[in-house]
Amino acid sequence: MSTGDARQSAATAKTPDRRSSRPRRKAAPLGWLVPAVTVGGLLPVAVLIWDASTGALGANPIQRATLQTGLLTLTLLVASLACTPLRLLTGWTWPARIRKALGLLAFGYGVLHFLIYLFDHGFSLGVMFEDVLNRPFVTVGFTALLLLVPLALTSGRNAVKRLGFQKWTRLHRLVYLSAGLGALHYFWGVKQDIVPPLLYAGVIAVLFALRLVRRGPTRQKASPA
Amino acid sequence: MSNTPDDNGGHPDERRILIPGSDLNPRREFLRSAALFTGTVAALGGGLEVLTRRPGAGSAEAQGTDFARPARPLGPYDTQEAVTSYQQATTYNNFYELGTDKADPARNAGSLKPRPWTVRIDGEVKKPQTVDIDTLQSWFPLEDRIYRMRCVEGWSMVMPWLGFPLAGLIRRLEPTSKAKYVQFTALLDPKQLPGQKGNVLDWPYVEGLRLDEALHPLAFMAVGLHGRVLPGQNGAPLRLVVPWKYGFKGIKSIVKITLTEKQPQTTWARAAPGEYGFYANVNPAVPHPRWSQATERRIGELGRRKTLPFNGYADEVAGLYKGMDLRKNF
Repeated sequence: MSTGDARQSAATAKTPDRRSSRPRRKAAPLGWLVPAVTVGGLLPVAVLIWDASTGALGANPIQRATLQTGLLTLTLLVASLACTPLRLLTGWTWPARIRKALGLLAFGYGVLHFLIYLFDHGFSLGVMFEDVLNRPFVTVGFTALLLLVPLALTSGRNAVKRLGFQKWTRLHRLVYLSAGLGALHYFWGVKQDIVPPLLYAGVIAVLFALRLVRRGPTRQKASPA
Repeated sequence: MSNTPDDNGGHPDERRILIPGSDLNPRREFLRSAALFTGTVAALGGGLEVLTRRPGAGSAEAQGTDFARPARPLGPYDTQEAVTSYQQATTYNNFYELGTDKADPARNAGSLKPRPWTVRIDGEVKKPQTVDIDTLQSWFPLEDRIYRMRCVEGWSMVMPWLGFPLAGLIRRLEPTSKAKYVQFTALLDPKQLPGQKGNVLDWPYVEGLRLDEALHPLAFMAVGLHGRVLPGQNGAPLRLVVPWKYGFKGIKSIVKITLTEKQPQTTWARAAPGEYGFYANVNPAVPHPRWSQATERRIGELGRRKTLPFNGYADEVAGLYKGMDLRKNF
């Protein structure tokens, strides 16, 4: 998990090249932000364990836990994807600071989702490989998780330095593919109630479109004469 | 994880500068940070919970009226496996007319009014009629049947039904020589079944059986469960139970029974013809396109058990499908 700024002494300032023209009061240190996101993001694990122990997961707790961890994975992935557009639209810098934590939380829930699936099938690798190879629904979900592995491994600041910013950025665009596959996995997982997966897919598509638009002319030029 | 001294867990191109002449009161600043920390934890944690948590139905027992019934020995079709508790059997249901989540039907069943209720009987029968549910029930002595129930989603239960064999009802209606199939239609009333306001499926729900399947002694019409009147979420007041087929064949809250010459267009087969066939016999060797049917989870157990051909009723019903390719007629 990502470590936040443990030292509260030095104040961190906003990056000066903000694109917003909103006047701001003096920047406050945000050392508490990443730890808060980490703790908040892990709360659902505690709730899930509590639910499991009190029987609130219903008659088929494993199925319920699988669904819930899958939804948490997708939700946190979407949240991490929303960070950059939010920063660009508002000029706030805090979304950029929590992006990594959200992404790693999403990965963590994806792994948990996968582990519960394995537990569901008695940790039988035979069943798993048969599922991954024969059932597109599982293949897609498994691929979505695999795509997150290199991103989680290169989430540290060192990785950016080692790869170079451009290479790193290009690698981390895989997150859109992973999220898209995750939404497809959800879509194929439901029997008939396709509205929730379509909502996720729609949000991901909008976020992706926003990025594509940004990659065009980055600066809004004054209209040419 | 990187932990360089200047790593502040932030954005790569972030710089830090000291605020000159900072007049921040450290104590107030700490309290403010603590409040923001707590607020953020609550906001993110709460937001994630709202978006993703779907607790199962609570452990409130569904209210039921007891049928008076004598103790009895096990019948020839009863399984001796442990029966699924009334609580689980009535809070973990697929009844899309009352919501698509497993806990929805128990929560929403209050809007379904099983009395007064009539069943229309028509099609290829000598005596088409509309009959009140209590009259229809009075035609037959009620029997107990302890049947396995296997859902197409890969879970199963053991259900102690109360009701009467379907064969008795069909014979009483005197099918004509043209009758080859039995079509069942469920209630269509968005006021009683709020799930019908959406179009998750084509309403009303329609199911069907081949006439010889319907006449098989295992095919059953249930009006009760666990010695009590059938709760709404389980298909009150009258539902079909076909234990060797996947659960979705067991149509709930039936208002019409039609004998037909042609194979009925059943709801799930229309919704996803490649996934849910007309026959829908439980078959571990024929996977659903998206998951294997080789195993199932018995509700209340953690592990999985092997799924049996025809849900364990092969000795009784395999003969109905002699010469049929069950992969094609899934």
